[in-house]
Amino acid sequence: MNPMNYIYLSAALFSIGAFGVLFRRNAIVVFMCVELMLNAANLAFVTFARINGTLDGQVVAFFVMVVAAAEVVIGLAIIMSIFATRRSASIDEANLLRS
Amino acid sequence: METITAASGTTSLTWLLIALPLAGALILLGTGRVTNKWGHLLGVATIAGSFGVAVALWLNLLSKPSEDRAVRQFLFTWLDLGRFKVDVAFQLDQLSMAFVLLITGVGLLIHIYAVGYMKGDDGRRRFFGYLNLFVAAMLLLVLADSYALLYVGWEGVGLASYLLIGYYQTRDTAGPAAKKAFVVNRVGDIGMSVAIMLMFAAFGTVTFQGVFAAAPGASSAMVNGIGFMLLLAACGKSAQFPLQSWLLDAMEGPTPVSALIHAATMVTAGVYLIARSNPIFDLAPTAQMAVIIVGLITLLAGGIIASAKDDIKKALAGSTMSAIGYMMLAVGLGPTGYVFAIAFLLAHGFFKAGLFLGAGSVMHGMNDQVNMRRFGGLRSVMAITTATFGLGYLAIIGIPPLAGYFTKDLIIESAMARNPIIGGLAVIGAGLTAFYMSRIFFMTFIGKKRWTEDVHPHESPWSMTVPMLVLAVGSVASGYLLMRNNTLEKWLEPVTGFVEPAGSVAPAVMTGISLAAVAVGIVAAILLYLRRDVPQVAPEKVSFLVVAARKDLFGDAFNEAVFMRPGQWLTRSLVWVDNKVIDGAVNGVAASLGGLSARARRIQTGYTRSYSLVMLSGALLVLVLLAIVGR
Repeated sequence: MNPMNYIYLSAALFSIGAFGVLFRRNAIVVFMCVELMLNAANLAFVTFARINGTLDGQVVAFFVMVVAAAEVVIGLAIIMSIFATRRSASIDEANLLRS
Repeated sequence: METITAASGTTSLTWLLIALPLAGALILLGTGRVTNKWGHLLGVATIAGSFGVAVALWLNLLSKPSEDRAVRQFLFTWLDLGRFKVDVAFQLDQLSMAFVLLITGVGLLIHIYAVGYMKGDDGRRRFFGYLNLFVAAMLLLVLADSYALLYVGWEGVGLASYLLIGYYQTRDTAGPAAKKAFVVNRVGDIGMSVAIMLMFAAFGTVTFQGVFAAAPGASSAMVNGIGFMLLLAACGKSAQFPLQSWLLDAMEGPTPVSALIHAATMVTAGVYLIARSNPIFDLAPTAQMAVIIVGLITLLAGGIIASAKDDIKKALAGSTMSAIGYMMLAVGLGPTGYVFAIAFLLAHGFFKAGLFLGAGSVMHGMNDQVNMRRFGGLRSVMAITTATFGLGYLAIIGIPPLAGYFTKDLIIESAMARNPIIGGLAVIGAGLTAFYMSRIFFMTFIGKKRWTEDVHPHESPWSMTVPMLVLAVGSVASGYLLMRNNTLEKWLEPVTGFVEPAGSVAPAVMTGISLAAVAVGIVAAILLYLRRDVPQVAPEKVSFLVVAARKDLFGDAFNEAVFMRPGQWLTRSLVWVDNKVIDGAVNGVAASLGGLSARARRIQTGYTRSYSLVMLSGALLVLVLLAIVGR
């Protein structure tokens, strides 16, 4: 199977993720879209590793997964506390840092 | 040039002359209310001590041969900056000795008088502190051995006069008068400081000895420049044209201050400066001529102003201007005039102090009124004041054998020997003096009583009349004692030099001419102020000259038009430039930066999704650029 198909899939997933980040208001959904973008990037890394016959891309994919895990921990905690105080998970309402 | 020896024995007490009144001033001004009870006595005691030291020093100098009389007492080095070295050292010679005796002697009498005059004034202690400071500064001025140290005394005199003229702090007019004296004196001080700088640039030293030794080697432009700057300085302190305007306003101070300023200190400083700088002026004929012209203008202007003033103190102030004009004229004449200038200065110290104290005594009895139109006939109630004032009056107009006759006539004589025009104007000045002094005397002491209803004139207490009596004796005798057998000429000759004036007119004829001028002045005053009733309100319809004289010959108007208004315009335009241009630029930069920031702030919307969009656009932009560049 042509490895480029994976790249196309990766690009499609990334675009869907980016679209979701830009257009959804619910913080949880935005968060899931970010994860989607990260995994799209991972898919691209692994595919490039396969195409080039090296392990670099696979190693980077592991790093990305670790970073994503850490990000989920912190990000979910922030969303939880925002929701706990404001009874809302809309990212448009969390704009207190402005002025 | 005479030699100067180091002080030893009695002459090493010279420093005490200054230290005593200075200590008095520091104690009186520093201790506050504690010394209120006896402060005035301390003030008198320090001056008395100073006078005692002065007499002792004088006797000591008299016992030496005339060439060895100058002594120098070195105290400590004040400034040592490379080539510029200033010692605190006093030079006591015949010239300073004459001034020291005048300052401490007349100063002592005025202090005693002030005890009575200021009785009942809440600030008497402060007043005596200022008086002591005044005397200390003046003594420093005449005892300094360098122009730099003289400058310290010079400024001290300016400060003390400022404090004393503005003594009545609650009066609206005293403050501006004090400021005026201070500012006008500052103008003169520019001359003093420039002269000192020129001396240092040209000779590398500012001591009298060093400057006078080096002066003959300097270019005539330099010597004349120094001479003109010294003249400017002298004009400020001595209230000479064109810096005369402060003196008439200085009458705002208590009367003893006027007596002190006019007789013993302050206004004599300018004459002292020029007499002291005689080696420079003898080398600078142009500057000397300027001194003569300034003296002539002032002596006539002072006489005209004094003839029209109804305020007794202001009339006397005009008379001082005129008299100092005579002294300036005399010092401008060079070696033929220095001695006569000092002689007139010493005699003037007696009679002018006596006249001012007399005026103070009159005011004391007349509820502090000064308008002579409401005086008249006071001789019936103030016998002693009338007698002492009368003797001072006869002395100043030069009636023989009183002090003015012996001293002023000699000035006129040597002026006539120099140039008939100068001499002629000096004679006219003598006539004017006779006129305005007679006017003052007639309007105050003789004629009908024109008193306001509420006054009860009475003779002043002993503490006031005794100094007046002593000064009256001085007014009578000082001229004869000074000029008998050329005493003063011989005394001052080593310092100032002396050349007998060689005029074409015989002295006896000259005396006759000036006495005739005096007689004309007196007769005019008799006709105007004795034969006719003096109106109680100053007449409005008067000649232009009288109007001008009442307004101090438009001196203030001139200063206002030429200096004050342009100065105000200049400051106003500078303020405008500061506000609009400089502040405008500074504030404009800040405002435009602020506006930009306010606009830049709008980028920060606070919406997470717009940030994400910017991030994404940025990333895309970078990718596109990489695609273009990477190709």
